[in-house]
Amino acid sequence: MTTLPRTSTTRTQAARPGLLERVHEWVVTVDHKRLGILYISAGILFFMIGGIEAGVIRYQLAYAANPAVDPVTFNQMFTMHGTTMVFLVGMPVLLGFGNYLVPLMIGTRDMAFPRLNAWGFWVFLFGGLLLYYSFIGSSGLYGAPGAPDVGWFAYSPLTTRAFNRGNNVDYWTLGILVSGFGSMATGINLVVTILCLRCKGMKLMRMPIMVWSMLVTGFLVMIALPVLTAAQVMLLFDRFLGAHFFDPQLEGSVLLWQHLFWFFGHPEVYILIIPAFGFISEIVPVFSRKVIFGYTMMVIALVWIAFQSMGVWAHHMFAVGLPPALNAFFAASTFLIAVPTGIKIFNWIGTIWGGRIIYRTPMLFALGFVGMFVIGGLTGIMLATVPFDWDVSDSYFVVGHFHYVLFGGTLFAIFGAIYYWFPKMSGRMLSERMGKLHFWILFVGFNLTFAPMHVSGMLGMPRRVYTYAPDRGLDIWNQLTSLGYVVQLVAILIFVWNIIHSLRKGERAGDDPWDAWTLEWATTSPPQDWNFHPLPEVRSRRPLWDAKHPEDPDHEYE
Amino acid sequence: MTEATAHRPARPNLAAEEPQHLSRGKVGISCLIITESFFFVCFIVAYLYYIVILQVEDGGPDPRDLFRADIMVYIASVTLLSSSVTVVLASRALARGAHDRFRAWLAITILLGGFFLLATILEWTHLIGEVGMWMDTSSLGTCFFSLVGFHALHVVVGLSALSLCLLISLRGRFPEQQAERFEVLSWYWHFVDVVWVFVFTTVYILRVYT
Repeated sequence: MTTLPRTSTTRTQAARPGLLERVHEWVVTVDHKRLGILYISAGILFFMIGGIEAGVIRYQLAYAANPAVDPVTFNQMFTMHGTTMVFLVGMPVLLGFGNYLVPLMIGTRDMAFPRLNAWGFWVFLFGGLLLYYSFIGSSGLYGAPGAPDVGWFAYSPLTTRAFNRGNNVDYWTLGILVSGFGSMATGINLVVTILCLRCKGMKLMRMPIMVWSMLVTGFLVMIALPVLTAAQVMLLFDRFLGAHFFDPQLEGSVLLWQHLFWFFGHPEVYILIIPAFGFISEIVPVFSRKVIFGYTMMVIALVWIAFQSMGVWAHHMFAVGLPPALNAFFAASTFLIAVPTGIKIFNWIGTIWGGRIIYRTPMLFALGFVGMFVIGGLTGIMLATVPFDWDVSDSYFVVGHFHYVLFGGTLFAIFGAIYYWFPKMSGRMLSERMGKLHFWILFVGFNLTFAPMHVSGMLGMPRRVYTYAPDRGLDIWNQLTSLGYVVQLVAILIFVWNIIHSLRKGERAGDDPWDAWTLEWATTSPPQDWNFHPLPEVRSRRPLWDAKHPEDPDHEYE
Repeated sequence: MTEATAHRPARPNLAAEEPQHLSRGKVGISCLIITESFFFVCFIVAYLYYIVILQVEDGGPDPRDLFRADIMVYIASVTLLSSSVTVVLASRALARGAHDRFRAWLAITILLGGFFLLATILEWTHLIGEVGMWMDTSSLGTCFFSLVGFHALHVVVGLSALSLCLLISLRGRFPEQQAERFEVLSWYWHFVDVVWVFVFTTVYILRVYT
């Protein structure tokens, strides 16, 4: 028999400790659940800041020859927007969910190295604060104050002393370096937890796809982040010790930076999307009331994507002028990586097909994800075609493409995950009415913002330029984009209000509000200390189905 | 859900529950080794790119003149690699409970590693002081000091950890239940040695004899 603890103890509400004591508890905590929540909250906070920076960009581009924002500030805004969204929003929120959910889903009590886990979070947070301190602290000896303004991939020679006399590049380098240490620690921690601490009966091929996605992400973090770290260290040596790595005036190579950065950068975008694949693979089956279609193929596709993501980086460098054979190789490998991604899309559709679909908010975001991610993936295939890439490289077409992948993809999945697991984390449901409003307004605003970018890009609008001339036919597309920003802002405000409101007044969730099948729903909401009493034992991929349906358990079919 | 009059659950016996099939320490150190390998690969790639393939000429000394007759680096390499053997002997002695042997082999390991570090210090003193090389003088300086320097830093970290173990052992006994932790440390030490094989090949062989 499958044994599952169905205890219903909740934390005592009676003697609530004082504010200082509670803050202290959060600061010194090594509990994976609290650290997960800290990661996600810090990520959402940085998301707001990054969103404000996007607002400045859209305000400046709202009409032609707008004098509102000067070019230097504009450069700082898009640099900080990109850096923030990738390093301080995407990674911490996704790794935060991993932190929170992985030990629960594999039926254990905590991560493998709880103190390393806490260290990882605080190092990430201080890395982020260091990056933002550049706004006030980066003037340096030469008096060039302000935030980094070299773009999120900081190409050389823009980062050499000759072209960047203040310290803002150093803040960028150090901030990312430091928060990167936190990410590496968390990546290793996830891998070790998943490999070593699974509960009885939780074989690798019985793990939820979400846990598989975190295992794969952990490996990618372990492989990609040290390359970024090495590149940043080289850049620091260049800037402080006069080393010759990337400075073309000293026989250094600007191409080496690009190769190192994108060898990190391309696995990085998979670090940002693979956990999202995991969220969707949990949400879609539960709200279709079916098992996931093609579990084995889903796992193979994940591992395949991870391996191949290390062999596609130079598709970011088609415009550099690499040898044609290299361009052809990287174009081909980029086309090929669409295959496992396509397998995943079809498997989600196969899961939904013929299911009894429940259109709750998490499912809406999951469906939105599938649709929007397909659009982003298809424009990605267009960009993998070298001649087309030469035409639109560094134009708004590229900006539109990666926002469909990272916003319509990753962020939609994150919102879906928040609506899905918020009841587990807080014990209360998010408001369904506000959630639906949030989804639909965001969906409209998102498409209004990013779809016109493809057009303005093909019309020739370059990214990262602070203004455009009035007679180029670009006005209307930029105005649509800026209008879309306002619509999205409304949606995000509804989301924030929903969180604040539901934390205090939300409907009580109970242990298992979605009638789901994975282990995190077997414990209380929020989970008690040490998660399970006693530790569970599983015999199939859906242990809660087995517990709820002893007459027809899954393990008879697997 | 009822708001039952619940109490905070007691701390479970974590050590007793832990599944025994894979050791956290060993898997963890393996992950760290993978991560660090990719870090070193970048510096090796930079060295190969600038010094071995492009053979950048920017006024710095020629690696053939610098490293051709460098007997010291061969002796130091042999020393460092043999410390990998002695650390295994120390680890096995500890697992058997032979504390005196453990101390002896550990001390020899530290001496061998220390000799390697001394050789590096002498080499750097020569290069910086007499040849007048540093990171900012040439591409060779940039690539050499960063690659060899990061390896030396890892030797320092390894030696510190090994010395700490020796100190613990001398102040009483290195607890036998912690033998696995020492083994984990020895894996890290092997890693430092293996990295040296690649650094050595890159710096002292490839460009010097081609």
